Amino acid sequence: MYRSTRGRLVGLAYLAPALVFVLLFTVYPLGRMAWMSLHNWSLLTPPVFVGFDNYERVFGDRQFWVSFLFTLKYTALITPVLIVGGYLLALLTAHNSPLRKVTRTVVFIPVVIGLGVSSLLWYWLFSADFGLVNRALMDLGLVDKPVLWLGVDADMSNLAISASVVWKVIGFGMILFVGAIQAVPTEVNEASMVDGAGYGQRVTRVILPLTLRTVLLVTLISVIGSLLAFDQFYIMTAGQPQNETATSVFYVYLNSFPYLKLGYGAALSMVLALTILAFTVVQLLLTRRSEV
Amino acid sequence: MTPRRFGRSGYLVGAVCLAIIAVMLAPLVMSVFASVKPTAEAAATPPTYVPHGISIDSYERLWSYQEGLPVYLWNSLATALLTIAFTLLLTVPAAYSLARFPVPGKEVIFVVLLLALIVPYQAMLTPMFLMFADIGLTNSLFGLAILHTAIQLPFSLYILRNSFGAVPRELEEAAIVDGASSWQALVRVFVPSSVPSIVTVALFAFIMSWNEFLGALVMMSKGSKFTLPLVLAASRTETSLGGTDWGMLQAGVTISVVPCVLVYLLLQRYYVSGLMSGATK
Repeated sequence: MYRSTRGRLVGLAYLAPALVFVLLFTVYPLGRMAWMSLHNWSLLTPPVFVGFDNYERVFGDRQFWVSFLFTLKYTALITPVLIVGGYLLALLTAHNSPLRKVTRTVVFIPVVIGLGVSSLLWYWLFSADFGLVNRALMDLGLVDKPVLWLGVDADMSNLAISASVVWKVIGFGMILFVGAIQAVPTEVNEASMVDGAGYGQRVTRVILPLTLRTVLLVTLISVIGSLLAFDQFYIMTAGQPQNETATSVFYVYLNSFPYLKLGYGAALSMVLALTILAFTVVQLLLTRRSEV
Repeated sequence: MTPRRFGRSGYLVGAVCLAIIAVMLAPLVMSVFASVKPTAEAAATPPTYVPHGISIDSYERLWSYQEGLPVYLWNSLATALLTIAFTLLLTVPAAYSLARFPVPGKEVIFVVLLLALIVPYQAMLTPMFLMFADIGLTNSLFGLAILHTAIQLPFSLYILRNSFGAVPRELEEAAIVDGASSWQALVRVFVPSSVPSIVTVALFAFIMSWNEFLGALVMMSKGSKFTLPLVLAASRTETSLGGTDWGMLQAGVTISVVPCVLVYLLLQRYYVSGLMSGATK
């Protein structure tokens, strides 16, 4: 339709605002981050070029590893629960009966509320003396004194925060799994039923293999999200005890803002961005392949 | 249609569904309950499940907390509305161009526009903060909305490009034959036939901006510019007389949650469709 030179110019004009915006607010900061990571810089002193010193420091920094390993531990704890749980919920509710639709809607509600706000909600529920989790556990006779869930022991905090995030995001995977399960052709399902396959066999031999791509995709999205965890730890433990629950993003935040080690914070950001990039590339390859 | 749908397993499925609904709703219901407990009961240990009395004390304390709730509500709402406006103003024309115009180097431009999908914004906050500090966009709702737009732009562009790409050529050609300019074709043909996608884009922009925490934490240092989640997070460590004001905190949680849940329930169809197409980006 608009094959002329004029069409090209008009097209470029429509693109220009978005392009300028992205160059200013995404590409430029990215370049600046790379530049900063090669400098020693706090807001108080002018930047000094230090080459790759900041990167060398990252790998020798004990807290970097504490944060990184804790983030991995959190990711390893929460991902299987989200995927298996989300898939089971999807199997349960994929059929469009009224009750199952309502269940789906309700399970999805926490996905639309903020992670910060849900963390404030669970910060109260898990509070040792004022929280309902301990009250319920004591009423059920499962514990006889209040459990110190948050900010005292790293593993306990990890467990409590993971539980809260599972509540918050499990509906995300579920909805995508429901979409994938509903897209399994009816004939395939019916054929396997005619062959006498029970429900369990249909799930493992038909439904699961046909929805595997979505499972991988949701797994990657969940892993990336967990590796970038911040809000829930900032709000529920503030990194305590002794920054043991300060995640990777939290450590970037601490260096850049309260500590004002901007160059070092930028180097940490670069390492984080590259870690995430690796996972994103896998994700994009997975989706790309399916579109062909 | 499963043959066993009305058998014993049907009741079992029903019971499991009801149990799941109860578990998922319980935290939200408990939060609302906590927010309407009278002051003394809200601070009681051990806590009560169901309020013994109903009061709006916690809401009153929140209303006048520091700068006052209206200020924080306004900050959150204005940022979210600006984010919707910026996102649509930038991505509607850009998506139109990508869907219909022979722009040279289109693929490269598209990749650049989607860059924020690959680089997490959490990793870019330090340079963005410095840049915003230079140009006076920290402690500014306008600045925060720009950050939120940068986060939301790739998703929106992707959704709208697909939607515009699916508009039948005949509709467009008919408009051009009638003498419409490309701009008129956009306004009269493309936008009206892509209303669901535009709603989806606005909805996601609203929910993201209303809820976003880390970027706001970094950009806003003045209390008077805090968004709702920021002031609530700050209030949790703010020790008034008896430590954290749990009733007020849950009143704040309730107020933050209500718009998201309402918007979601009203526009569920758009939300789910956006999620489906966005996740398979």
